[in-house]
Amino acid sequence: MIEQEHLIELKHIRKEYDGVTVLDDINLYIRKKEFVTLLGPSGCGKTTTLRIIGGFETPTEGELYFEGREISALPPYKRRVNTVFQKYALFPHLNVFDNIAFGLKLKKMPRQEINQRVGQMLELVNLKGYEKRKVDALSGGQQQRVAIARSLVNEPEVLLLDEPLGALDLKLRKEMQLELKNMQQRLGITFLYVTHDQEEALTMSDTIVVMREGHILQIGDPKHIYDEPANAFVADFIGESNILRGTMVRDELVSFAGRGFPCVDFGFGNDTPVDVVIRPEDIMVVGEDIGQLVGTIQSVLFKGVHYEMMIDCGTFTFKVHSTTMQPQGSRVGLSIVPFNIHIMRPMDASPTEEA
Amino acid sequence: MRYDVTLPWWAYTLMGVGGLCFVVLVILSIRRNHGIKRSLFASPYTLWMILFTVLPCILIGYYAFTDTDGNFTFANFRHFWDSNAEMKEIVGEEFASSIPRGTVNVDTLVYSLWMAFLCTAISLVLGYPAALFMADRDMKLGASLVILFVVPMWMNFLLRTIAWMSLLEDNGLINQLLVAVGLPRAQLMYNSPAVLLGMIYNYMPFMVFPIYTSLSKQDISLSEAAADLGCSSFQTLTRVTIPLSLPGVISGITMVFMPSVTTFFIPRVLGGGNTMMFGDLIESKFLTEGNWNGGSALSLLMMLLILISLSILRKADPNGEGSGRI
Repeated sequence: MIEQEHLIELKHIRKEYDGVTVLDDINLYIRKKEFVTLLGPSGCGKTTTLRIIGGFETPTEGELYFEGREISALPPYKRRVNTVFQKYALFPHLNVFDNIAFGLKLKKMPRQEINQRVGQMLELVNLKGYEKRKVDALSGGQQQRVAIARSLVNEPEVLLLDEPLGALDLKLRKEMQLELKNMQQRLGITFLYVTHDQEEALTMSDTIVVMREGHILQIGDPKHIYDEPANAFVADFIGESNILRGTMVRDELVSFAGRGFPCVDFGFGNDTPVDVVIRPEDIMVVGEDIGQLVGTIQSVLFKGVHYEMMIDCGTFTFKVHSTTMQPQGSRVGLSIVPFNIHIMRPMDASPTEEA
Repeated sequence: MRYDVTLPWWAYTLMGVGGLCFVVLVILSIRRNHGIKRSLFASPYTLWMILFTVLPCILIGYYAFTDTDGNFTFANFRHFWDSNAEMKEIVGEEFASSIPRGTVNVDTLVYSLWMAFLCTAISLVLGYPAALFMADRDMKLGASLVILFVVPMWMNFLLRTIAWMSLLEDNGLINQLLVAVGLPRAQLMYNSPAVLLGMIYNYMPFMVFPIYTSLSKQDISLSEAAADLGCSSFQTLTRVTIPLSLPGVISGITMVFMPSVTTFFIPRVLGGGNTMMFGDLIESKFLTEGNWNGGSALSLLMMLLILISLSILRKADPNGEGSGRI
């Protein structure tokens, strides 16, 4: 029953190029109508994962299921997925209409239906009246829309998007993020999205898959990933963080930066080394006399919504976001509520050592 | 050993005048515009072109429409159409009708066009798959094939053609092999196929390289996109890869067809006089007959033909990506 719900499932996928392992033991499932984002720095294997699902790479090991059927040997043109390529890959010898109609013509669809469906698509991506334009004559954002329309017109089960907004400027990117999310919800198509932009991932996704060096580090919804990062890498990659080495003194008491803090985590054991992650916006700047820590403000940067201050507490320099500015060089107190202190096992410690 | 090249006096004069013109032009332009105009750097070459390309063309035009005394006439073109025209003039109107039209010139032109067409077509049919193979990123062999195509081109064109003789001769390598295995000798040389073989061998690289270049420039994600949208690998080839390589194909066709039509050395060596091509005809008019007027008329016709075929090709490739603006 549960298996049926999984539209795509990757089991123990491994990929090697010339003896170098780029993907190792990838296990992942994607549900129908879900917006899944593969997030990670470049070289983490996210694009390779996408290309395996698209059919452009075959896994060295492991199985790929589509609606319960193993498809890892199936060529791309037999898969019910479509890809939006990083650099759009529009056909330069065809105009906008023929680019979008490309897939439909291959299916030998009647002329009238092609016209109708391409027309609908052009409306969806706000490119009505551009049918006869050459694709090179379009702007980056317009080319992007044509690429999306060219894929969506085939009504794929899954749309794969490989950093589709990477070449656009910030404002356009934000607009397209919302548009893509709208499209996905309206059409009810499953999206698998690859990006290295954590903000993009948090804005659009139902599920985020954080990857690093060919491994999946964490899978979860955006809020879960942001609030409960599995390790210091995820915490650092998703948003900004202060990451410190600390010691779990006992349940609900952690020691770092030279003193003990009450926290809400337990089960790490007594006197265990841990990583402590605190978001910059979770540190409160208070009076010098009532803070848990006391530090000197080293620098203040205006970031628009907030000020970013670097506060030196002797053993560690904290990055703090605050809407009120404190003058540089002044001494302030810092306070952190227990709920905002995230404790995680150190990344380099292997599980056997912990046991 | 003689390594110094002594040129006649007029050559030095020419160079001197050219150089002086250049210097004067540069100085003038610095005075007027307070800087050197970029186009000035082309002036030595422009001078060269005027002297050795534009001027000869004008001369060809002049000779083609004049007789030996320099009077204006269309006779040279009449002689092209009917090689017996001169004889008819001599025998007078009475007997002219009994002499048939001499078709040798027209026939040679048709034969040349046909051979050039065959050479181009076969080069395309053989060369396109080769270019496709060479441009394939997954094929490690592709790179070595490129070298295989390039290396023979390091040798002189005439030598390469003569080398074919030693293969195809009556006592050549191939016939020796045939005899060795007990087969009868074959007449491999002095016929059209031998000429065609020589032409294809010499001109095929000019077909392969432009196509190879345009194929290897193609973004691999384009063929992936085609596969993604439902193309089988054959459909990807016909709908995306080949249409996008058309500029290369057109460039290749131009670069094979033009020298093929005008070739005269290959038919002489491998055809041994049995196969006269238009280039041979022009050459013999000038050098054997000493008929500059007739030769010029033929040359003019040839130039016209090439111009026409080029303009047709340019219609097919309006951006001029492959052949450049000729």
